[in-house]
Amino acid sequence: MRLYAVVAAGGFRRYATYRTATAAGVFTNTVFGFIMAYTYIALWDVRPQLGGYDTSQALTYVWLGQALLMTSALMGGGFESELVERIRTGDIAVDLYRPADLQLWWLAADLGRAAFHLLGRGVAPMCLGALVFDLALPGSFWTWPAFLLSVFLGVVVSFAIRYLVAMSAFWLLDGAGAMQMAMLAGLFFSGMLLPLNLFPGLLGEVARALPWSSLLQVPVDVFLGKHTGWGLVEAYVFQAGWALALLGVGRLLQTVATRRVVVQGG
Amino acid sequence: MADDGFISLDGVEKVFEVRRRAGLLRRERREVRAVDGISFRVARGEMVGYIGPNGAGKSTTIKMLTGILTPSGGRLRVAGIDPSRERTRLAHRIGVVFGQRTTLWWDLPLRDSYRLMHRMYRIPDRRYRENLERCVELLDLGELLEVPVRQLSLGQRMRGDIAAALLHDPEVLYLDEPTIGLDVISKAKVRQFLKELNAERGTTVLLTTHDLTDIEQLCSRVMVIDHGRLMYDGSLAGLHEVGESERMLVVDLESELPPIRLDSADGGDQPALRAVKVEGPRQWLAFPAAASAAPLVARIAADYPLVDLSVREPDIEAVIARMYESTP
Ligand SMILES: Nc1ncnc2c1ncn2[C@@H]1O[C@H](COP(=O)(O)OP(=O)(O)O)[C@@H](O)[C@H]1O
Ligand SMILES: [Mg+2]
Repeated sequence: MRLYAVVAAGGFRRYATYRTATAAGVFTNTVFGFIMAYTYIALWDVRPQLGGYDTSQALTYVWLGQALLMTSALMGGGFESELVERIRTGDIAVDLYRPADLQLWWLAADLGRAAFHLLGRGVAPMCLGALVFDLALPGSFWTWPAFLLSVFLGVVVSFAIRYLVAMSAFWLLDGAGAMQMAMLAGLFFSGMLLPLNLFPGLLGEVARALPWSSLLQVPVDVFLGKHTGWGLVEAYVFQAGWALALLGVGRLLQTVATRRVVVQGG
Repeated sequence: MADDGFISLDGVEKVFEVRRRAGLLRRERREVRAVDGISFRVARGEMVGYIGPNGAGKSTTIKMLTGILTPSGGRLRVAGIDPSRERTRLAHRIGVVFGQRTTLWWDLPLRDSYRLMHRMYRIPDRRYRENLERCVELLDLGELLEVPVRQLSLGQRMRGDIAAALLHDPEVLYLDEPTIGLDVISKAKVRQFLKELNAERGTTVLLTTHDLTDIEQLCSRVMVIDHGRLMYDGSLAGLHEVGESERMLVVDLESELPPIRLDSADGGDQPALRAVKVEGPRQWLAFPAAASAAPLVARIAADYPLVDLSVREPDIEAVIARMYESTP
């Protein structure tokens, strides 16, 4: 276990070394936050209580979206391109030789990354947003840890999806296509552009049941106090269920792929 | 067990199946016999060079020895373990350095990668500190520990990789092309370190290279592989004999002269050397690799207006080419 703690710490420090990139990223998040905030204000002016949110809840949604954009890798990114590249060049063979589990290794590294992005890329835009706009901040202290747990589960689901995408590189010649599709799906189904509550009818129901809703929609609703008591437990079970299912599929693909590398040489 | 060897291969094969598009829909299947029935034994504490031209099957052999590739045939054991079946168990007892691939953490200081090894191999704290200290000293890594790996030169990175492979006290170290692309100083440092490692710790070392100088300076035993087959297994001197290999004397004379001729010193009818090429005042003179260069140089200097000279060692391709010629 201590190995994976060192890996996670490395994941954290690795991103922490790029200070300028972090500053530029915070700036971008903030600009996007403002653009989306004014768009949402206009929208909620016309249709108050859209999706069951009042204006200040909608604005909270916007700024949490910016705060979690990198943390939960809503549009992908983080480690897949690196892993895909290792698979493509055959460097993956070196990883296999180590006495460590591939999936746990990358999960630990990604959790380290997410922790950095939450602090480095999430806190600043959120604070700025809260200063400028009237956000719906939690009334109870306990909402904060409840929210963080939901974010954590969301990051694990996000990792599990991206790990599947990366694993596809063992079979597809070019991992870029899969990564682009995953990015589009993430953009749309995480609720980054519009809350999934706004999606009408069947589309909305499907979108809310897909794993991507664990990344943003669920944590935001926890933050806004929409899930409490058993509702909160259900939300966690939903997230953890997807996490386990997707991690399981990833593990299966990893086993098949490893066998192939060991026989075919990648 | 005693005569079984620490590393033992018996008729080991690796056949890759390569699929290639041939035309629109048709796919062609082709077999590549990367390793084609190799047998050898390496005793504990030996230092063996494994040489051969590009594509000979060196890396494939190393990968099978680490367990990241399963042999298609034959029997392979390292320390009594079947590598591909018990890769993880074996990993604690061996160290590997792949010249063109790094196991180090690209974006982080070298020291972080070592911390990782500490945990990954569950090295006792004291052991870890001692080994790290020793590697840092002998491989001259002191100044580099806090430098991110991506900023290291190839030679520095290679030294860093070698240290990473040794922190858990492996009984055997495989090195796949450890000196490829390295500058002269780094090459010398790496060679010196490996020599000491083998002499002081008794670590078994198997290194692949296509640089004969590596072998000359490090290994008493050399195995030559080509097209997946073992062509030679023995001493380096013996290799030159078998390959009838020649060294090359390149001389610069004061002026353009006809090709230099030296009769055999002991009166035989074989000339002591033969001119292979003449280009203006520069001449290339081949002589048997086993012969000493000094008396030849003295005789040339006595008879010809010699300005400059250098001796070139035979390269592995030439040795192997001549080996084929001599064993039809
Ligand atoms: N994964 C693979 N799939 C197909 N062919 C391979 C694979 N790995 C190596 N080969 C082929 O096997 C042969 C030996 O390769 P290798 O062991 O890398 O040689 P060396 O290390 O001596 O240069 C080469 O012809 C190479 O193209
Ligand atoms: Mg090779």
